[in-house]
Amino acid sequence: MKKDNNSNTRLLQGNEACVHGALYAGVRFFAGYPITPSTEIAEGMARELPKLGGKFIQMEDEIGSIAAVIGASNAGLKAMTATSGPGYSLMVENIGFGYMTETPCVIINVQRGGPSTGLPTKIGQADTMQTRWGPHGDNTAIAVAPSTVKECFEETVRAVNLAERFRTPVTVLSDEVLGHMREMMVMPGDGDLEVIDRHKPDVPSDWYKHFEITPSLVSAMASFGEGYRYNISGLTHDEDGFPTAKPAEIKAKLNKLRRKIERFADEIYKIETYKMDDAHIAVFSYGTVGRSAQQAIQIARQSRIKVGSIRPLTIWPFPDEKLREMLTGVRKVIVAELNMGQLIREVQRVAPRHTEVFPLQRYDGEVMTPQQILDRIREVK
Amino acid sequence: MQRISHDSEITHEYLRPKKKFPNVWCAGCGNGIIMGALIRAIHNLGLDKDEIAVVSGIGCSSRMPVYLDFCTLHTTHGRAIAFATGVKIAKPHMKVIVITGDGDALAIGGNHFIHASRRNIDMTVILVNNKIYGMTGGQAAPTTPSGAFATTAPYGNHEKQFDVVNLAVGAGASYVSRGTVYHVVQLEKLIQGAISKKGFAVVDVFSNCHTYYGRFNKEGDSVAMISWMKKHAMPIQAAKKLPPEKLADKFVTGLIHETDASEFTEEYQKLIDRLTKKEAAE
Repeated sequence: MKKDNNSNTRLLQGNEACVHGALYAGVRFFAGYPITPSTEIAEGMARELPKLGGKFIQMEDEIGSIAAVIGASNAGLKAMTATSGPGYSLMVENIGFGYMTETPCVIINVQRGGPSTGLPTKIGQADTMQTRWGPHGDNTAIAVAPSTVKECFEETVRAVNLAERFRTPVTVLSDEVLGHMREMMVMPGDGDLEVIDRHKPDVPSDWYKHFEITPSLVSAMASFGEGYRYNISGLTHDEDGFPTAKPAEIKAKLNKLRRKIERFADEIYKIETYKMDDAHIAVFSYGTVGRSAQQAIQIARQSRIKVGSIRPLTIWPFPDEKLREMLTGVRKVIVAELNMGQLIREVQRVAPRHTEVFPLQRYDGEVMTPQQILDRIREVK
Repeated sequence: MQRISHDSEITHEYLRPKKKFPNVWCAGCGNGIIMGALIRAIHNLGLDKDEIAVVSGIGCSSRMPVYLDFCTLHTTHGRAIAFATGVKIAKPHMKVIVITGDGDALAIGGNHFIHASRRNIDMTVILVNNKIYGMTGGQAAPTTPSGAFATTAPYGNHEKQFDVVNLAVGAGASYVSRGTVYHVVQLEKLIQGAISKKGFAVVDVFSNCHTYYGRFNKEGDSVAMISWMKKHAMPIQAAKKLPPEKLADKFVTGLIHETDASEFTEEYQKLIDRLTKKEAAE
């Protein structure tokens, strides 16, 4: 990490920016396990956290890492882990536990090529659907996706904020190229970005319900060791956290979990558009692919092709209504992704009847080039 | 009978006041005895209820925290110690107690068990060892003796069993003990010692699963199985004086291993102090 003496401009890797973003957002606990291409995040946290009074632990595996993160979060610290495909697969059961127990935490997935051990040092975006549907049982995921080093910082802050705001695990979908790429960024100063802390209870201990179903749907969250005693369980539970088999309580719990995210989705959605005002063709992409899309569009515009870019920074919940609106005047949408077709199904589901959906998929471990996108734009035009 | 009524008053003070009973355990199960011993140990130490976190995994014994009036965390199968690690690091002043079964701690959770031992992180693991998977209906566990029957060992178990004590000692735990649900007074003391110990403390508690293990292996009901423990337990002090052949059908109980070693959260705090002082000096 190079520091320019008189400014707060830095040359950072995406992974390093995630570290700084996490610290900025108040993350004070990290548990992780080495895995390419995410390891720099663990290394950065190991170096920086103790300087701030925070805690780092290298666990024996990814299962233990996410478990420790959830334990620490319930004991009051903002907590995070980072991993890649195989590690994320191992974490999935406990991410489901975090979801069920409404535990705020952040998982950064620096995606590599899959399936299985796949391509540790090459790029992929094939964990997009796993992020949505990984844990067994009905669940409602939140996932954000940066495409620049600066966004790695900002989206990590946003992920921590969303986790704390909604009491739920949030995934940051980064990738190998973004994680290792270096770019200049101006470090945000104190107060430049919003930092959200979980809502703490203000009722006496006897009245406190850890999973209370309130009108806001996100209940206040006490921490262990602060005067409140309560039960947390991955078993389907009532508002007190005690296992239940009563149909009405089961349904109320599951409704709460889904609705607390669905009802406030407008706070979660974030979509960047580029030259969409008069576009007949749109390129829909996220992460590093979005960078290539923007360049391809600049070139296509020189040949007077009316094309624009739609780039979601929130992948889950999927922005159904917003995307449908954006596609109203669009005849053709190209879904460019580094997998064999994952988000394209979502776009097909949402696209208005008059909008044709075209795939552009790459899954050979290489980045999607602007030329590829440009060629596809010319093909479908 | 004075002592019993006194104990039950203490017990009620530490049980959650609403909605949890009757418990899920079979009549005659050792889990209740262990829960009573744990409560009395905590009471004897005069600990503040708010300062105790009880973490468990999955299994019959792991249902214990729900009845206890502390900060309780009932987690996923095998992972209690890993969750507890996060709790302890985040709140080092808390007493962290893990309730786990033999399958939970040694099969699916074996990795976390040995690494927490190695780190010597300050927590107490009460390992309820009934030699079988009870909640799922009597399958073989890593603690099932060779030759014993279980639903997944219908012709007799052809694997060898884990010795919890040797495993924990070998991995670096600083307090390793064994008790039984018959020797209740001893059990209470062992748990008390484990909680007081700064470091990773293990109490391997022999318990009875008459519903499955006892039935499959013709060891009788709860009383018969607990009587077997009475007959075959050998306190460590006595065992040390006996030749190996006299110990053949015995198992050793008591505080088997204790050592003073550096503890994870204390060492980490030293690191924080060193780095933050350095920053302040700069």
